[in-house]
Amino acid sequence: MDKVKEIFKKYTMVLVLLLVIIIFTIGTNGRMLLPANINNLIAQNAYVFVLATGMLLCILTGGNIDLSVGSVVCFVGAVGGTMMVNAKLPIWIAMAAMIVVGLLIGAWQGFWIAYMKIPPFITTLAGMLVFRGLANVILNGLTLAPMPAAYLNLFNSYIPDFFHMEGFNLTCMLFGLIVAIVSSILSIRGRAVKISKGYQVESFSSMIVRIVIIDVAILAFMFKLSQYKGIPVVLLWVAVVIMIYHYITSKTTIGRHFYAVGGNEKAAALSGVDTKKVYFTAYINMAFLAAIAGMITIARLNSANPTAGTNYEMDAIGSCFIGGASAYGGIGTVPGVIVGAILMGVINLGMNIMGVDANYQKVVKGLVLLAAVIFDIVTKKKKA
Amino acid sequence: MSTTLLELKNITKTFPGVKALDKVNLKVEEGEIHALVGENGAGKSTLMKVLSGIHPYGSYKGDIVYKGEHCKFTKIADSEKKGIVIIHQELALIPYLSIGENMFLGNERGKKYAIDWDETFNLADKYLKQVGLRESSKTLVKDIGVGKMQLVEIAKALAKNAKLLILDEPTSSLNERESKALLDLLLKFKKEGMTSIIISHKLNEISYVADQITIIRDGQTIETLNKATDDISEARIIRGMVGREITDRFPKREHKEIGDIMMEVKHWNVYHPIFMEKKVVNNVSFNVRKGEVLGIAGLMGAGRTELAMSIFGKSYGTKISGKIKLNGKEVVMNTVRDAINNGLAYVTEDRKGNGLILINSTKMNTTLANLKGISSKRGVIDGDKEYLVANDYRKELRIKCPTVEVNVANLSGGNQQKVLLSKWMFAAPDILILDEPTRGIDVGAKYEIYCIINQLVEMGKSVIMISSELPEVLGMADRIYVMNEGQIVGELDAAEATQESIMECIVGSLNKEAK
Repeated sequence: MDKVKEIFKKYTMVLVLLLVIIIFTIGTNGRMLLPANINNLIAQNAYVFVLATGMLLCILTGGNIDLSVGSVVCFVGAVGGTMMVNAKLPIWIAMAAMIVVGLLIGAWQGFWIAYMKIPPFITTLAGMLVFRGLANVILNGLTLAPMPAAYLNLFNSYIPDFFHMEGFNLTCMLFGLIVAIVSSILSIRGRAVKISKGYQVESFSSMIVRIVIIDVAILAFMFKLSQYKGIPVVLLWVAVVIMIYHYITSKTTIGRHFYAVGGNEKAAALSGVDTKKVYFTAYINMAFLAAIAGMITIARLNSANPTAGTNYEMDAIGSCFIGGASAYGGIGTVPGVIVGAILMGVINLGMNIMGVDANYQKVVKGLVLLAAVIFDIVTKKKKA
Repeated sequence: MSTTLLELKNITKTFPGVKALDKVNLKVEEGEIHALVGENGAGKSTLMKVLSGIHPYGSYKGDIVYKGEHCKFTKIADSEKKGIVIIHQELALIPYLSIGENMFLGNERGKKYAIDWDETFNLADKYLKQVGLRESSKTLVKDIGVGKMQLVEIAKALAKNAKLLILDEPTSSLNERESKALLDLLLKFKKEGMTSIIISHKLNEISYVADQITIIRDGQTIETLNKATDDISEARIIRGMVGREITDRFPKREHKEIGDIMMEVKHWNVYHPIFMEKKVVNNVSFNVRKGEVLGIAGLMGAGRTELAMSIFGKSYGTKISGKIKLNGKEVVMNTVRDAINNGLAYVTEDRKGNGLILINSTKMNTTLANLKGISSKRGVIDGDKEYLVANDYRKELRIKCPTVEVNVANLSGGNQQKVLLSKWMFAAPDILILDEPTRGIDVGAKYEIYCIINQLVEMGKSVIMISSELPEVLGMADRIYVMNEGQIVGELDAAEATQESIMECIVGSLNKEAK
């Protein structure tokens, strides 16, 4: 019984996600799970995954958020759009410039937050206004379109199919199969290595159950994509970002410093952690990822426009809290945040298909966010 | 015969794992100044928290009888309504509000939704006059000195219609002139019929103002001395305070081998980080040798923690000056990282606040100060190695937890302290500064921690042990420095030192100042 409870506790949000998917599948008469909609889930939410990953690092430092990301996305997009559409510069120069602009913005905000102790809320609120304004200045309030085809190819296209089967992308399915097999082998091997060194491991049966669930999820997902146009390139971008940041947060000393600062800043400082550097890193990194999200966004919209990125910060922050990040910092994982982002995406998509009024959609999303944080705080109170 | 104003009967208060108060009795006569004395951790402050309702009715056993009435206070407001007002050692004033606003905070004049500021400031000025403070009530609190803040606190108490004034270490941050003025103010109030309870370590002050003295030790009432009938000399009070005998609560060291000077600190000065004109550590010079346990004794607020933290990578204070030599070579340590790299470790007195990350596992806490030791050059953590390291310490220090993956918040105080120690042992320092290493943990765990300290010095490390428990200092240290008010006021060889001689160093320095 305890075991069931433990599993339930650990995977609450995954179970909630499953439940939500089932509800919407029923509510939309199965349309929710059409291959095109699964594909849309990725394409529409790619920016959320990227921004939420960066936001997690900010939140880890102590529940601090970055309100400026939506405006930074717009500003970076405006810079890139101007360079590609108006100045006809090569796309790689434009992309490099977008990254540099992102890093500069991050360094600017990070400096005030980390070294001058300006509260992140204020600094990034200012950034939200400043960069939205600057984006409008650059764009003259107009929309720049279309983007060069080569640029769009980098984000909006699909991995070509080598088999040319009618209605089914075998490359995509095979890729899914490889991912599933590799991840399974890594799990099993990791356990074997641990046993050989005499460490504590999870039971064999629970590992098998976990592997099977993960593999089924991967294969089902890739099967759906195979029935549509195959692997969207943007999925690769997102996957790379997720993997890198999952690795950083779980396996590196830098990642550990984030958890330490958020868990107890004084104790971290007295253990030799450079807390200022941690804050600085969080915010420069956030703006870097906002630049990546900016690239994705102008490709998806096929334009740079002055309202792009509006409310993106809320999507990112919401995903983090729904995904189990603590509003006090020090707790949260990249996979958790991704689950949170998918949950938000599924709710959006489901309600769109069902034709729920846009205003009610906001109400629902707001309540889901509140419920997630209440849940987090109440369960923690019980423990204490 | 005067009437009894307040009687505390058989008050017993337990915290998880600790009995802070054990059937304490206290009887206060109307119109007297009653002093409460005892060592740190004896239970004085806990008793006053019970009385004022901070520890609510039901969380303790025993009775509070005030003016012949059984009282069941559940919050501070309850006791204040009866006229019992406590002034805490840490002043509870808000710097950016005016004196008047502070005085009537939570006790606002006028209507609930419309504060009458004219009345507020008028009344404030009246009470300020009573305590002899010549400041406008519109002055911001941040602009007045600590001594005046204490007077504001008293005026604030008067504004609450205090009948029984409780002062917890009221003179600890005052200079002698301010202290004298404050004590005289209490005597003046006494003439006007006010009853006061004063908690103080400064025995000369107590002899000066108190009518009765109740001594508390280890959570129990030892005795009550009456000025009229008993001997209330300082020596007599000290005997009551430290009265217990030292038994073999301390493990003996097998091989005592004290080597050369490991660290030497010279003319060390530190100022308060906020009240920058206040000197917290005053021209301190000391040294510690290889393989030595150096005790630093003193009362709370003597500046010991501040001294330690300022040495440890300047993690406390401003305008730090002085020299540190490690193995004869002068070093400058500006950050905690520098200090760790130079072989220093500081194990904080505030385990939960400054030491551990409670939401993290034992494992993560163990390795935090030395992540390099478990990661590759590029900063990738070897999770297996981390587990191994943490598990080794768990076994070595006998930390009681099912696995090292358990959150430290779930461990007992003694085991948390061991996790904290293991964290710093893993950082492999040469000099460990242990600040109150056995505070709030049970006797068994204390013994184990003493054993760890002995092991460390036998390995050739130096241990600086800051402790307010005199028996512990005497039992463990090879040499003892006594600190008071930011200065070192005595250096004693542990073999010759006694509790009385340490207390006399402290009291002696205070008296010198008073004269």
